[in-house]
Amino acid sequence: MSVSGNVLLEVKGLKKYFGDNKVLDGISTEIHQGEVVTVIGPSGSGKSTFLRSLNLLETPTGGQILFEGVDITDPKVDINRHRQKIGMVFQQFNLFPHKTVRENIMLAPITLGLMKEEEAKEKADELLERIGLLEKADTYPNMLSGGQKQRVAIVRSLIMNPDVMLFDEPTSALDPEMVGEVLSLMKELAESGMTMVVVTHEMRFAREVSTRVIFIDEGKIQEENSPKEFFEHPKNPRLCDFLSKVL
Amino acid sequence: MGFIESFKEGFYSNFIAGDMYKWLLDGLKTTLILTVLALIIGLIIGFLVAIIRSSHDKTGKLRIPNVLCVVYLTVIRGTPTMIQLLIMNFVVFAAVNLNRILVGALAFGINSGAYVAEIVRSGIMAVDAGQTEAGRSLGLNASQTMRLIVIPQAFKNVLPALVNEFITLLKETSIIGYIGMQDLTKGAMMIQSRTFNAFWPLIAAALMYLVLVMLLTFCMNKLEKRLRTNER
Ligand SMILES: Nc1ncnc2c1ncn2[C@@H]1O[C@H](COP(=O)(O)OP(=O)(O)O)[C@@H](O)[C@H]1O
Ligand SMILES: [Mg+2]
Repeated sequence: MSVSGNVLLEVKGLKKYFGDNKVLDGISTEIHQGEVVTVIGPSGSGKSTFLRSLNLLETPTGGQILFEGVDITDPKVDINRHRQKIGMVFQQFNLFPHKTVRENIMLAPITLGLMKEEEAKEKADELLERIGLLEKADTYPNMLSGGQKQRVAIVRSLIMNPDVMLFDEPTSALDPEMVGEVLSLMKELAESGMTMVVVTHEMRFAREVSTRVIFIDEGKIQEENSPKEFFEHPKNPRLCDFLSKVL
Repeated sequence: MGFIESFKEGFYSNFIAGDMYKWLLDGLKTTLILTVLALIIGLIIGFLVAIIRSSHDKTGKLRIPNVLCVVYLTVIRGTPTMIQLLIMNFVVFAAVNLNRILVGALAFGINSGAYVAEIVRSGIMAVDAGQTEAGRSLGLNASQTMRLIVIPQAFKNVLPALVNEFITLLKETSIIGYIGMQDLTKGAMMIQSRTFNAFWPLIAAALMYLVLVMLLTFCMNKLEKRLRTNER
């Protein structure tokens, strides 16, 4: 396991039940600064629930999540402030359809009083330029392809200067020919030192870009390792079985 | 007397003589003011109730306000508008000398609010949960997310239904005469009682309502089309 920087996220005994359904049954791990952690596992195994717990979109049933040393599961914590530093990218993009591309990106920093209109616009255009979509700034999201939408969604998070970014199957809703452009933006981010947690089915990305791979099944981390070890010498029988199906 | 002559004669004796057409026009003005005021009150109440109700549905918070809203909706939708109007005038404001048009606007607004609330609530519930999640994950709080992301989309979804409610409201105000206001309907009835002719004034009033409704429908179709081309 590559331990790079400081511990950014510390997950301790995380549990999440939906009624009787024990979706997460005691998950513990640490995410260090600069790490790119991919999370894989069969569908329905709780990967999304795990990821969504990290910014409290799901309220854990038990356990703790420490973000930069603060237990964000504490109800007294102002979760909105911490979420500003935890970017999230969704499978379905979730761009705001009633806002232009630029407005999508500017909305949060302006609403939260972090930037003046001018500054936000400048920053948004800079980000759009970076992903080659500046000429789409004034169009509405419906005019974009899936790959473009997802890249806009990524820079919408980036404008907040997050300390960590969470990705929930960011390429699963895309036509195959658009997967590449999103993955390469993510790779670029990873190389720039962004801390990332990525739920994905893209085994190549997991193998080539991530610094650590986590396998979740039955609500538990069954195995976690460096990509090389993880893919070449899987130990957990469930993981072996899973890999034999997806590789 | 030929048809043309009798037409002219009817028109003259029912509208021109004694400037009776003014009763219709003044009535129309009252109807419009009343409807617009009631609509504004109805929209404010309706959105408030819808936001409370849907927030409660989604998060389980706001329990007591939600109960109050449910009581309000039940009472308003379970009693005739006419009774509500009479109660507002002869019970609630019996001792107060409030402008009648305000009494009427309050009664119709409170009534309309219940219907607006359910329309808007369905619009809010129809906005994808991912929209709220995207807003919250950027660090917006619940009310910022509601105001900037959910409500604008919900509003667009329900705009046609809201215009329908506006149209319903316009027509429903025709019972305002029962608390002594002279609206379009009452104006027609006054002409009728003067000329003993039912046809002319009532048909004229009906046409005026009809034109208003058609105008509203037309504007709405235009607006809807504009909103559609913007997005999705
Ligand atoms: N809001 C919810 N209410 C009830 N059950 C849920 C909810 N979200 C997820 N689940 C259940 O939790 C389990 C794990 O879901 P999820 O985390 O989405 O899995 P994955 O992302 O690995 O496919 C599934 O059985 C799913 O039905
Ligand atoms: Mg999932």
